[in-house]
Amino acid sequence: MFSLTQEEITAIKLSLRVAIVATAVSLPIGVLIALLLARGRFWGRSLLNALVLVPLVLPPVVTGYLLLVAFGRNGLLGRWFEEHLGIVFAFRWTGAALACAIMGFPLMVRAIRLSIEAVDRKLEQAASTLGASSLWVFATVTLPLIAPGLLAGAILAFARAMGEFGATITFVSNIPGETQTLPTLIYTFTQVPGGDPAALRLTVISLALSLAAILASEALAERIRGKLDAK
Amino acid sequence: MSLDVAAQASLGDFRLDASFISDSRVTAIFGPSGSGKTSVLNVIAGLLRPERGRAVVDGAVLMDSAAGIFVPAYRRRVGYVFQESRLFPNLSVKSNLLYGRFFARQDDRYALIDEVVDLLDLSSLLHRGIQALSGGERQRVAIGRALLASPRLLLLDEPLASLDEKRKQEVMPFLERLRDQAHVPIVYVSHVLAEIERLSGTVVTMAAGRVVAVT
Repeated sequence: MFSLTQEEITAIKLSLRVAIVATAVSLPIGVLIALLLARGRFWGRSLLNALVLVPLVLPPVVTGYLLLVAFGRNGLLGRWFEEHLGIVFAFRWTGAALACAIMGFPLMVRAIRLSIEAVDRKLEQAASTLGASSLWVFATVTLPLIAPGLLAGAILAFARAMGEFGATITFVSNIPGETQTLPTLIYTFTQVPGGDPAALRLTVISLALSLAAILASEALAERIRGKLDAK
Repeated sequence: MSLDVAAQASLGDFRLDASFISDSRVTAIFGPSGSGKTSVLNVIAGLLRPERGRAVVDGAVLMDSAAGIFVPAYRRRVGYVFQESRLFPNLSVKSNLLYGRFFARQDDRYALIDEVVDLLDLSSLLHRGIQALSGGERQRVAIGRALLASPRLLLLDEPLASLDEKRKQEVMPFLERLRDQAHVPIVYVSHVLAEIERLSGTVVTMAAGRVVAVT
């Protein structure tokens, strides 16, 4: 039962591509937002925080629909991206990546933010008295210290992206070879007679990927806690 | 060597209003805890920006509120050894030592690695991790790290305070060697009179945020 069909392999590959692109593109933005939230003192900080977190509690279909309205070919942002960067999201795998990035963003930002808040700012002060400008301090002190948090956040976002269903199917539908990811293919199999063995097969793969990601992320979080205790 | 410091700042309930001039190679700031000694060091290092004040080291103006000058900490070339060593946990002893040296301009580099390693007897520690060091060893590395940045002035904030008696006796001779052999003026903060007397120099006595005596 464990030989995969071409259709299934295509979906798994697409899921991996979508998840990797979603994670890679959102990581630098996630670091920036996490820095702002952890250290910024500005008007609208709680609003920014709420905006980042809201996909966590919003029905995924709502997020997907909002994406469709904003990033569809006639949406304001969708048109801007198509005209200026040549990127089309609607019913393309890029759209799936966008949906996954937004759904995974709260988890990513939270992990990074926690690790930034755990950084001893006295070390950063020490670095500045040794001649390091703020950028150098960030690159040589802050970044190495938050690396486990970055990795944990990236893994969580990757896992979330591998599992994203609602926003993806609402925004870019379920097109084989273009937007049909692992979860949407499982959904397809559950909707046809005799689809159970295939659905079960993919479910096992999905479960294994998610478990591995959670374990890795928790192990990293443990390491951060260990470091804090050592101080 | 000349050092001219003045600072007025409100830090919560605490009011700092201190000024002194010293022309000794070693200037000790003495006073009970909470008297503002560390705040004065932070003003000199650029970690604290007072409402009004001035910090001039050998004619180099690091801060002068009247003239609108505030040189950021990373461009002051003021070495700072903190109470807790504040070594970078992600770097080895050697990388910690070389950290500030990397940022020092070629022309400014006067501290030689071998000399500093000898002076502070660091050679056996070089390839160890920070976690494997005792408190006294950490402070020696922290002093070496500050020295290797080739500072124009070295600030020592109670470098012995976090150590037990035995470790204090272990580190004290290095401070004396530092005073005698390193070619850098030192500002030494302590609330222990015995330490201050051993290092001698100008003594600035502080109480409740003010300078009460300069001897």
